[in-house]
Order: sequence, then C-alpha cells, then structure tokens
Amino acid sequence: MPDRIRSALLVPVAETARLLRQRPRRTVEADLLLWRIASSGLLPLAVLMLVLVPWGDRALVSDPVGVVWFNALDVFAWALVWLLGWGANAVYGLVGGYRFLALALGYELPLMFALIAPAVAAESLDLGVIAAAQSGLWYVVWMPVAFLAYCLGVLGMSVRAPLDAAAGADLAGGVLAELSGVDRLLVQAGRYALLVAGAAVAVPLFLGGGAGPLLPGWLWVVLKAGALAWALAAVGSRLPTLRPDRVLQPAWVVLLPLVLLQDLVVAAVVVWG
Amino acid sequence: MSPDLWADLAFWACGVVAVLAGAAVFYVDSMARATYALALSFVAVGVVLLLLGQAYLGAVVVLMMVMEMAVMAVYMVMFMGMNPALMPMSMVHSHRAAIGAGVGAFLLLGAGALLVPWPERRGAPDPDVTAALGEATMGSHMLVMVAISPVMVATIVAGVVLSLHRGRYDRGDRP
Repeated sequence: MPDRIRSALLVPVAETARLLRQRPRRTVEADLLLWRIASSGLLPLAVLMLVLVPWGDRALVSDPVGVVWFNALDVFAWALVWLLGWGANAVYGLVGGYRFLALALGYELPLMFALIAPAVAAESLDLGVIAAAQSGLWYVVWMPVAFLAYCLGVLGMSVRAPLDAAAGADLAGGVLAELSGVDRLLVQAGRYALLVAGAAVAVPLFLGGGAGPLLPGWLWVVLKAGALAWALAAVGSRLPTLRPDRVLQPAWVVLLPLVLLQDLVVAAVVVWG
Repeated sequence: MSPDLWADLAFWACGVVAVLAGAAVFYVDSMARATYALALSFVAVGVVLLLLGQAYLGAVVVLMMVMEMAVMAVYMVMFMGMNPALMPMSMVHSHRAAIGAGVGAFLLLGAGALLVPWPERRGAPDPDVTAALGEATMGSHMLVMVAISPVMVATIVAGVVLSLHRGRYDRGDRP
C-alpha cells in the first residue's frame, strides 16, 4: 500500500487513540459548563441535520419545514463555536470565537437566501418534496449561484478553509487552542460531521436526491454526499484562509445581491415557466 | 402511554424549562451564561410552538432567537468591556423597582388571561398552517411588509453608523 494511502487510513485512528488517552488540560477559571456544552454540541447538531435527509424516497424524520430546520440547526453553530472560544477563558479562544461570528454574518445571509431558491422552485419546504421535484433537471444546473453560496456556508459552519480563521494557525488554533483530550476529539469529529451533514443536505436541495441509474436511491444519496464532502474539503484546503474583517464586504455587497438575483430568476421561472 | 399524553408532558416540560431558564438569566453571574439561558428559554418556547402544531413558527423562533442571542452576547460583552468569566457580576440592578414592575406585569397579564372571556373556536385550522400563515402575512399585507423591511434595515444601519465614530471596515481607501 502506498505510504500516502496508509497514512490517510491510519492517521484518524491514531489521532483518535491519542486524544482518548490524552490527559485533559484545564485553563484557569474556565466556564466549564458552557465549554462542555460547546465541545459536545457540534456532533449532535450534525446528526440532527442528517436525520432530515431523505435517503432515497423517505427520510428518518420527514419534516414539512425541513429547510427551515436545517437553517435553524446551522445557526446553532454560531452559538456553539462562540461558546467554544468563550468557555476556555483564554485570549486565543475568545478572539477565535469573535472571528467566527464575524465570518458567520458574512456566510449566513447568502446561505439563507440560497436555501430559498430550491424551496421556491419546488413550492415546498419539505426536503423530500424538493428532491422529488428535480426529476427533470437537477437544481444545481440552473441555480449555480445558490449552490455556491450554500457550499460556502457549509465550509463556514464547519470552520474549514477558506472560512477557518476562527481556528487559524495565526491564533495557535483559535477556538481549538485550549482543547485537549476527549473534548478536542468531539470538536474535531463535530467539524467533519458538520461538513458531511451539510453535503448530505445539499443532495436533496441541489443534486437531485436519490435519483440515478442502476443503484438504489439511498446509495446514490450516500455517493453524492460523499463526493460533495470530499470536493468541499479538497477545494477548501487549497484556498487561503480569508481575513475575517475582509469577508463581510464581498459577501454582502457582491454575493448577497447575486443570490437575490438567483432567487428572482427562480421565482420568475416558477411563475411564468 | 398515548401520543397525546406524551405531547402534553413535553408541552408542560418545555413550559417549565422556558420559565426556569428565563429566571436563570437574572440569577447567573456571567454575561455569557445569562445570554444563553435566555436562548434556552426561547428554544423551549419554539418547541412549545411546535407542539401547538405550528411547525414553521417553531423552527423560525429557534432560528431567530439563537442567532439573536449569539449577536447579543457580543454586544453585551463589548459594551460592558470586561471578562465576566474572570469577574462575576450581578445581572440585576434597581431591585425593588424591577421586582415591583415584574410582579405587577405578571398580575396584570395573568388577570387578563383568566378574566377575559375567550372566544369559542369557529371553523377548523387550515390543513397547511405554514401556507396559511404566509398568505395571512404576505397576501393582503404585502405592501406593508415591503415598506417596513427597508425602514427596519435603514434604522439598524443608521443606528450602527451613528454610534460608530470610525468603523474597522473604514480602511481609509475611500474618500
């Protein structure tokens, strides 16, 4: 087996074992309650997103307002990442937490309006109905701007590059700086899980749900979600970390109007198309 | 147990959580804890709305309130200019007036809820309450909504601009 593949397979196992055995480190006067809520909250958040996803023709929880619930859940990342920085009662973590909110303001509004486009086109907030409405043409084809804004939002909420300044190396890890042991493991696993959950929700929203030849629907959902998660991580890690104070302006002045135009086009197609 | 009983139990449990978390806002000694106690209270109210069959309203209350509390925490800490994790501080001031106002408001609203003759239900709820809500707020009131939104945004922007001598986005590269 080539070294690269072997290390790719072994590193997560070794890192998990290392963190499980690591002696927990504490900071002075840490707000342990809020810190623990934050570090253990990201993973359940991703699970709650995943239960909304329709696997083929049915979801674990079929919700008539699934799109709004996804939005509500991704806003919890605001609270949790800020609390992660706050709880440690340490400078780098706190600066990281504030950086996250500055970035979140930038990515969340385009994300919210991006979620509107598939809902308007399918005339439903139900992820299952939205997936079924794409039997002719996947929404990603005629809503590329909404899809891009959505992908940026997923990278933002999982604190990944280019929106990873909250956990930046220039801050010694920012919100992650003081985390150790199981807490660190939960946060890192939660970040990956949020990336995967965001990619999985994109499948019914933009990528045709379980539609595909030969294979069963649920397998297509898994394949598409996996491919998008991999693509997001690969593209993101090749981009430089954006300065948090420079993100808001292009996000609101350029991206947000573009997404609104996208919504307008979709609404026009639905009304006159 | 029947699903109805479970729903009733969940309803009352969420009501109790909402009230206790609301009370915790005044009891805790840290800005962050007070803020997120309030967020927990609002989330419990959102779940109560869900249990009343208002799926959209419940989800939106959770969405808006968590977002608002995340931003409010920033403002509270910013204007206090301190680190409450290191320096615990009381979340209340003007005890007597506040308690008097609180008890008075509770008695007034409670008396209203008990004494007002509630109307009987006429007709049945719409099968799609979310669509009915959208129709009610946006259908005939579209003009009001369209007019109010820019006024609200302008108010927020003007408030921030007036309170800010020189912002961090003012990089000196504009005339």
